[in-house]
Amino acid sequence: MEVTLRIKRYNPDSDVKPVYKEYLVDVEPTDRVLDALNQIKWYQDGTLTYRRSCAHGICGSDAMRINGRNRLACKVLMNELGKKVTIEPLMGFAVVKDMVVDMDQFFEGYKSVKPYLIADDAPSAGERRQSPAERARYDDTTKCILCAACTTACPITWTNAEFVGPAAIVNAHRFIFDSRDQGSTERLRILNTRSGVWRCRTIFNCTDACPRGIQITNAIEEVKRALLFERVS
Amino acid sequence: MAYHRFDAVIVGAGGAGLMAAIQLAGKANIAVVSKLYPPRSHTGAAQGGISAALGNTEEDHWRWHMFDTVKGGDYLVDQDAAEVLAREAIDAVLELEHMGLPFNRTPDGRIDQRRFGGHTRNYGEGPVRRACFAADRTGHMIIQTLYQQGIKHHVNFFDEHFLVDILFTEDGVCCGCVTRDLKSGEFHTLHAKAVLIATGGFGRCFKITSNAMAGTGDGVAIAYRRGVPLMDMEFYQFHPTGLYKLGILLSEAARGEGGILRNSTGEAFAARYAPTLKDLAPRDMVSRFIYQEVKEGRGIDGKDYVHLDLSHLPPEVIDAKLPDVTDFARTYLGVEPKTEPVPIQPTAHYAMGGIPTDINGRVIRDPEATPIPGFYSAGESACVSVHGANRLGTNSLVDLVVFGRRAGRHMLDHIQKAELAPLPNDPEFTARAEVAALLDRQKGERAADIRSAMQVVMMDKVSVVRDGTGMAEAKETIRDLRRAYGNLAIQDRGQTFNTDLMEALELGYMLDCAETIVAGAIAREESRGAHYRTDFEKRDDQNWLAHTMVYKTSGGLEMRKKPVVITEFEPKERKY
Repeated sequence: MEVTLRIKRYNPDSDVKPVYKEYLVDVEPTDRVLDALNQIKWYQDGTLTYRRSCAHGICGSDAMRINGRNRLACKVLMNELGKKVTIEPLMGFAVVKDMVVDMDQFFEGYKSVKPYLIADDAPSAGERRQSPAERARYDDTTKCILCAACTTACPITWTNAEFVGPAAIVNAHRFIFDSRDQGSTERLRILNTRSGVWRCRTIFNCTDACPRGIQITNAIEEVKRALLFERVS
Repeated sequence: MAYHRFDAVIVGAGGAGLMAAIQLAGKANIAVVSKLYPPRSHTGAAQGGISAALGNTEEDHWRWHMFDTVKGGDYLVDQDAAEVLAREAIDAVLELEHMGLPFNRTPDGRIDQRRFGGHTRNYGEGPVRRACFAADRTGHMIIQTLYQQGIKHHVNFFDEHFLVDILFTEDGVCCGCVTRDLKSGEFHTLHAKAVLIATGGFGRCFKITSNAMAGTGDGVAIAYRRGVPLMDMEFYQFHPTGLYKLGILLSEAARGEGGILRNSTGEAFAARYAPTLKDLAPRDMVSRFIYQEVKEGRGIDGKDYVHLDLSHLPPEVIDAKLPDVTDFARTYLGVEPKTEPVPIQPTAHYAMGGIPTDINGRVIRDPEATPIPGFYSAGESACVSVHGANRLGTNSLVDLVVFGRRAGRHMLDHIQKAELAPLPNDPEFTARAEVAALLDRQKGERAADIRSAMQVVMMDKVSVVRDGTGMAEAKETIRDLRRAYGNLAIQDRGQTFNTDLMEALELGYMLDCAETIVAGAIAREESRGAHYRTDFEKRDDQNWLAHTMVYKTSGGLEMRKKPVVITEFEPKERKY
């Protein structure tokens, strides 16, 4: 089927400001948006620029706005989208070129919540014990692929570069609720500041945007409750 | 030009690269280079598990794991390396748990384990639960955990830099590498006492593949261009269960949990070929079973695929243990695995061959195993060889952590003793010349045409089943494509984030890999593991119980043989 892709283009080497360009592609209905972008790049316009790698929704490279929603280009099929599809870069971060945005702020937010296990009690032999129920407690937030779809769907992020953003809170949650971790107090202190969880206005854009189906707003609320009641459970 | 001096540089931030980096972090001045962001590395796509004989759910021993690895590799495995793999897997998996990896748990809180292809109890008696797992995103959890440790240890990451050259002195000592910053287009010379190549595989040489688009063999090809031999390149694994037409991996864990392959008559055909292990026979064999079913007209609707049936599994098992792979079937094929069979076909998955190393990750230059000072490789880019002619499921993740760790530790030792070798004159000359030629050429061949022709011929002539005539055609095609590549023209001539240029360079790397795969496959006149030839159907231990080493020389390709290390298990016929 023939589809027109309307793509927001910007190349800092030659453009003063972004322009929309249209490309006609012939795709299978079951092709991914990424396949359509590849078709343009490989056979029409080699300057079209986007990140991509695994092409099946696991590596988190190709988050972009597809018909106004943050999605992974490799996880959306053309038959969901109609005859005219608008492709734009994620909002809130500076555009480097076309769909490529500057991810520095995103990874800084991630790193700020100490996203690693803090524990000094590794047994000399064998593994730490953790019950299936304890393991299930934080399962949802282990799914994060750091694609930034949630953080750049959040209106707070758009207006406040200081906000750590939903993805960072998701990754803090992954450790705060891990029975093996001893760093919860430290992480909760970080998230209790002006740039932390209280910036969240429970808008649910992040949850809608997550390509992994993580209940992000719920995770943020759980962190807020942990702060309010000074208890992790 | 930007110049940096480090003790060690690690190229590739997947499981092997990061595991090595963690050994060096805080003890040496290191850099980790990735053409992606590290958590986007292809290790993250691994699904089913990482094997270690923990014996958490039933009796198991590392020597059984070693035997399975050797037999699974059709006896081409170096047994000293397999022993290291199986023995150190236990400690490596526990180390991952200590780092925070969220493994699934048994009722008593230990790491849970499940069955996987070719892993058996008591030297082949029946399947054993050896694969430690985190749902069906074990690789995702490994890459996340190791990246988290990298952050914790303040590792110096060069994100979105791609490798364009590896530097050696005139005496053959490795002294650094050259990278190009995607964002700025700037070249960087990284001068170091040691370089680890952990750039992964090259599945993108084939049309149907489970590999990420980044799997283009960069480090492997550049090493080859600089005179380093490549080992056992003819052994390329086709995973039996890729999603039809897409090649997206549908984990062997699906069969480990009880999934069954069925042909057009509904028959569970694997039992006919492998009465003991059935659907859990090693991957090379199951891929050939599927090929045979299709050839004999029992593909679904007469086409080149069969069904993977999960519909008899309890829905809660699917949700708890196979959530991601069943989601792939829903998203990309519109199939509900709880009630419908999933169309699958073999997909290019894993390179058993690569840059030859010893058990400490040191790259070797000849069949006598002479190490190249300062030069290391680990993970899929390397060939230790623990996978031999066919890798067992889960053993790639074991390989990453065990040999990534060993390489890192050996590098730490090396940099404390070695002097920093001088850089060659004008170290960026070759890299800059190659990039300049691509940026300057105004008209020429289109990369996509060359890439697509390569992928088609490799899939048609050099995949699950091969023969001399077909491979001779492939050799000619690849030679023609290499010629066309010399006249390649790109459209993007800018400096900023030029992925058109990057893809062109990647195509050059893949053509090198393809050339060596074909050369090895033509030379090896036998069938062994993943290398199956209809014109030489039997394994030939008399002549071919040996690794191949292929060299690029001014007079063309040169092929040498390296003996296989056999310590405990004498080669036998491989039956399951």
